[in-house]
Amino acid sequence: MVAKISALVGVLAVSIVAGVALGPVSVPFGVTADLLWAAITGGTVPADLAGQYRIVWDIRLPRVMLAAVVGAGLSAVGVAIQAVVRNALGDPYVLGISSGASVGATAVATFGALSGLGVYALSTGAFLTGLGATALVYVTARTSLGLTPLRLVLTGTALAYGFSAAAMLLVFQAPHGEAARSAMFWLLGSLGGANWQSLPVATVVTVAGIVYLMTRARQLNALAMGDETATTLGVPVNRFRTQLFVVTAGITSVLVAVSGAVGFVGLMLPHLTRMVVGADHRRVLPLAPLAGASFLVWVDVAARMLAAPEELPLGVITAAIGVPCFVFLMRRKSYVFGGR
Amino acid sequence: MRLEVLGVTVQGIISDISLAAENEVVGIVGPNGSGKSTTLRCVYRALKPDSGAVLIDGTNVHKRHDLARELAALTQESQVEFDFTVAEIVEMGRLPHERSVRDAQAVRDALATVDITHLASRSFLSLSGGERQRVLIARAIAQEPRVLVLDEPTNHLDIRHQLEVLALARGLGITVLTVLHDLNLAASYCDRLCVLDEGRLVASGTPAEVLVPELIAKVFHVTAHVVRHPTTGVPQLLFDQEVTP
Repeated sequence: MVAKISALVGVLAVSIVAGVALGPVSVPFGVTADLLWAAITGGTVPADLAGQYRIVWDIRLPRVMLAAVVGAGLSAVGVAIQAVVRNALGDPYVLGISSGASVGATAVATFGALSGLGVYALSTGAFLTGLGATALVYVTARTSLGLTPLRLVLTGTALAYGFSAAAMLLVFQAPHGEAARSAMFWLLGSLGGANWQSLPVATVVTVAGIVYLMTRARQLNALAMGDETATTLGVPVNRFRTQLFVVTAGITSVLVAVSGAVGFVGLMLPHLTRMVVGADHRRVLPLAPLAGASFLVWVDVAARMLAAPEELPLGVITAAIGVPCFVFLMRRKSYVFGGR
Repeated sequence: MRLEVLGVTVQGIISDISLAAENEVVGIVGPNGSGKSTTLRCVYRALKPDSGAVLIDGTNVHKRHDLARELAALTQESQVEFDFTVAEIVEMGRLPHERSVRDAQAVRDALATVDITHLASRSFLSLSGGERQRVLIARAIAQEPRVLVLDEPTNHLDIRHQLEVLALARGLGITVLTVLHDLNLAASYCDRLCVLDEGRLVASGTPAEVLVPELIAKVFHVTAHVVRHPTTGVPQLLFDQEVTP
């Protein structure tokens, strides 16, 4: 286990340096490492490397770091949601967050809502409507007996159709096509807006959320066995599920606000991790975020480079890389989430 | 440890059920839909009764925050979606005991007791129904409870493992409350039986007191003949082929 964590930390470190080095203007790998090292340790940078230093430190590093944070967060949330709804198709967006957020984002992009907030209008609009949508799902799904997994999935899915319809209506009513295009781009996920200001909140929320989930790994195992079993093992099921709902909704809405709705990561990384290390959350929860972080760093590299100088939406790349990987692992291992 | 069910009522399902058990095996029998599982669900807190109470050593189970250290249950819930290994599932029984040094030993003991040590690293979902049932029983044993609640523990088991599981439950020497469908197994392994019919307790007592043809006819609508087991002497039932209306 320690070996696996160390290996994934190593992979992540290399991925981050590579992610910073690669781009339309490539900076040699060694130079990138030197520049990052100088920046972290407060060393000096030769004058002729000042331009490359700007690219590395001001433009690429925050973006790569944000990719790692988003990848880690979505993977951890995916693991937790799949246990909460006890369903292999669970992902961070099953509770209606992404479709809810898309309503706010398209309202901002197409009709200039919240324009007083300037460049933060889009992420603020997305965050607010995303959280609002989740609250609506929670209130609708809740009964006197608490939140049952099936009601949660059904309510989230049903309301998501409604939110998506509202977002689509906004896109088609948009005054000009360019606004619709940027709304669509945002919906498929992009880290184009990343800067040092967008990192702290996303990082703190994600790390705190992952730590919380890791301390509840054994309770998540019990919950995965069924509500009654978890009750007999001393887990206060209703309170625990509500806590998980709040934590996962919080992480997801913050991540959606900075990166849009990046699909696939939160659904598949948990499964990929389980295929390798089994279902025990004490192993899945530390490893899935590390794998997800590296994965999204490379996805973002591809998004920047494949059609340079144009950027591709992340959702297109996550699917293009992830689906073959997943099919390969699914064929190779006798993975049986969902039973035989 | 003393377990008491006092006048428990769940609207429309069971009404005014009372029973008690202390360091003995008490069986609940009755036709389908008579409220057996509902009664157990009130005991292991999956349901809160509309009236009445379940007490453990005199305290209401809903007031015992550490109940999971005293009471373990084998529920009817068997749809596991996640691919845990057998050892991981049995280890879940240790969750109520805050990481004690006994954890590893308790898991090994539980696996050995139910005779599934050889399955420890197998995937739960790859096992047969009977093997799964034994894994879940091992999890309850790893919990080291003083009250064990079993909802049809012999489900899916072949005859040898049915006998083994019930002998095992008896051998634990703790309070066991179990729902059983097989009246002859109930007669062989339970100290006392409670008979439920349409949500009401209609009889309770030793197997010899309870398992009489009149009651069997009234509750199960079958004709039974009571014989003595040739070696153990406990009452056993033989049934006529025709059911009574």
